[in-house]
Amino acid sequence: MSRRQKNFEALSFQIVMTVIAVLALILIVSPSLVVVIVSFTSGFSLKFPPPGYSTRWYVELWNAWQLQFAARNSVVVALWSTGLSVVLGVAAALAISRSKTLTAKLLDSLFMSPLVLPALAFGLAALMFFSLIGLPISLLTLVIGHTVVCVPYVVRNTVAALAQLEPTLLESSAILGASRLYTFRRIVLPLIRPGIISGAFIAFMSSFDNVPVSLFLRDAATDMLPIRMWQDLEGKLDVTIAALSSVLIIGTVALMAIMERTTGLSKRLTG
Amino acid sequence: MKSATAASTTAPRDVTSFSLGLALPLGAAFAIFFVLPLAQLFYLSLHNDTAATVWGLGQYIKFLTDPFSLSVLGATLLLGAEVTLACLVLGYPIAWLYQRSGSRVQTLIIMIVLLPLLTSVVVRTFAWIVILGRQGIINSVLQSLGLIGTPLRMIYTQGGLIAALAQVQMPLMVLPLITAIGRIDPNLSDASASLGAGSWRTFVKVMLPLSMPGIIAGCTLTYAAAITAFITQSLVGGGQMLFMPMYLYQQASTLQNWPFAAAISIIFLFAVLAIVALFSTLGRRARGYGDAR
Repeated sequence: MSRRQKNFEALSFQIVMTVIAVLALILIVSPSLVVVIVSFTSGFSLKFPPPGYSTRWYVELWNAWQLQFAARNSVVVALWSTGLSVVLGVAAALAISRSKTLTAKLLDSLFMSPLVLPALAFGLAALMFFSLIGLPISLLTLVIGHTVVCVPYVVRNTVAALAQLEPTLLESSAILGASRLYTFRRIVLPLIRPGIISGAFIAFMSSFDNVPVSLFLRDAATDMLPIRMWQDLEGKLDVTIAALSSVLIIGTVALMAIMERTTGLSKRLTG
Repeated sequence: MKSATAASTTAPRDVTSFSLGLALPLGAAFAIFFVLPLAQLFYLSLHNDTAATVWGLGQYIKFLTDPFSLSVLGATLLLGAEVTLACLVLGYPIAWLYQRSGSRVQTLIIMIVLLPLLTSVVVRTFAWIVILGRQGIINSVLQSLGLIGTPLRMIYTQGGLIAALAQVQMPLMVLPLITAIGRIDPNLSDASASLGAGSWRTFVKVMLPLSMPGIIAGCTLTYAAAITAFITQSLVGGGQMLFMPMYLYQQASTLQNWPFAAAISIIFLFAVLAIVALFSTLGRRARGYGDAR
């Protein structure tokens, strides 16, 4: 191959790859941007571009008590599920991360399995189980169901953080006379804290956004936000949902920025 | 200092690991609230009547001999394959670009990729309704350019659904790819180039095989997520296209046919597990392939 041919070839490769990458990135971002723009429409439909701009749908959102009720429930369930996931998940991660026994490996697979299994099947199973043992559907059953599907994120992130922990630090601490609890509090916990926080963050977001489990474990009295939004959208295309979506998108971006600053979320997720 | 002397006089305890007993609370919670419900689901699926009194494989036979049920399963598995392929074709260049960029651009790319992963799935799906709708952005652009007279019907079509699902699941493909491509020794591409291979050849012969573990991991996650994406399937797919999650939900919720819904769940669960197992076998072979070079 001549040098010129080779340059052309290298250039063609780079152009094709870059163009696809940029298009794909636009594809990823544009839906969120479109929603934010449409939410400021002055019209009654989701026409894009909007005929005019106003904040009327945000005023509408302020009065949408059904959505607010569902949002409150979702936040409460997400907070409890995240709390439970952190307590149970960090303890389990400590136990399995440094053990090479078969039990630890099996437990690891068990704790990770909700990520792979269709959550809808688990939602149905949980509903049948709760009705069998006579536990009525409530926020409690939602918290239990959500914890099962959210705890893997905490376990995975904590195990990853523990894997980077130098064993010599623990040995040094023990040699210097620190008790195991003291070593845990002063050495282990501070070093794995970013891992725990990013796991908790992802657990919170996935509980807040959970559909397959909530679908079976909620009723009118324990309405959850994603389900409420889904049912509203099935019925009619309401611009109030666009306003709510924008609020959620902007909230997510703000949380992501905070997480990036405090724990370096992006580096954590790309390993 | 008392604890230190105590530790040194007793048998050398491993201070670097923690007791397995710490896994007990979560283990117990999983046994009760995860394993037991799934076991009950399986138990229920082995009954022929809705009251669950007659044992039998009736529900499975009903599913596996019913052309309609089988077509729903087939459509779901096919949808997963199409979405996974779209994510791979679009996602690989993103991961490639990420590895060649400076750290500021890298952070930007990661943020763009993470945003949909963390945004509510209903919000993301809703965005696609706005884009693909009759008055949506694509139709307005095409109409203003005079390319079409009447608005195209894009929502409630297979193509629209694949586009929406690909966007929704893209992060699950890109993140493992970024990790895998980052682990490739850049010298290998240089070596390939200096031995006379062009960029395309180097890409196909060096980069693709070496990033195979990331490709497999990304495909597994994307596939599993795409076929279980209930909300996107029902809102963008609409009523005409039925996939396994909605089928399951209809049988359980509307028709209250729990044993049949349980059987659908078990069949769906095993279909997902079979696909995951297939991918992980491929992944192991790919690793061997990568190591051999």
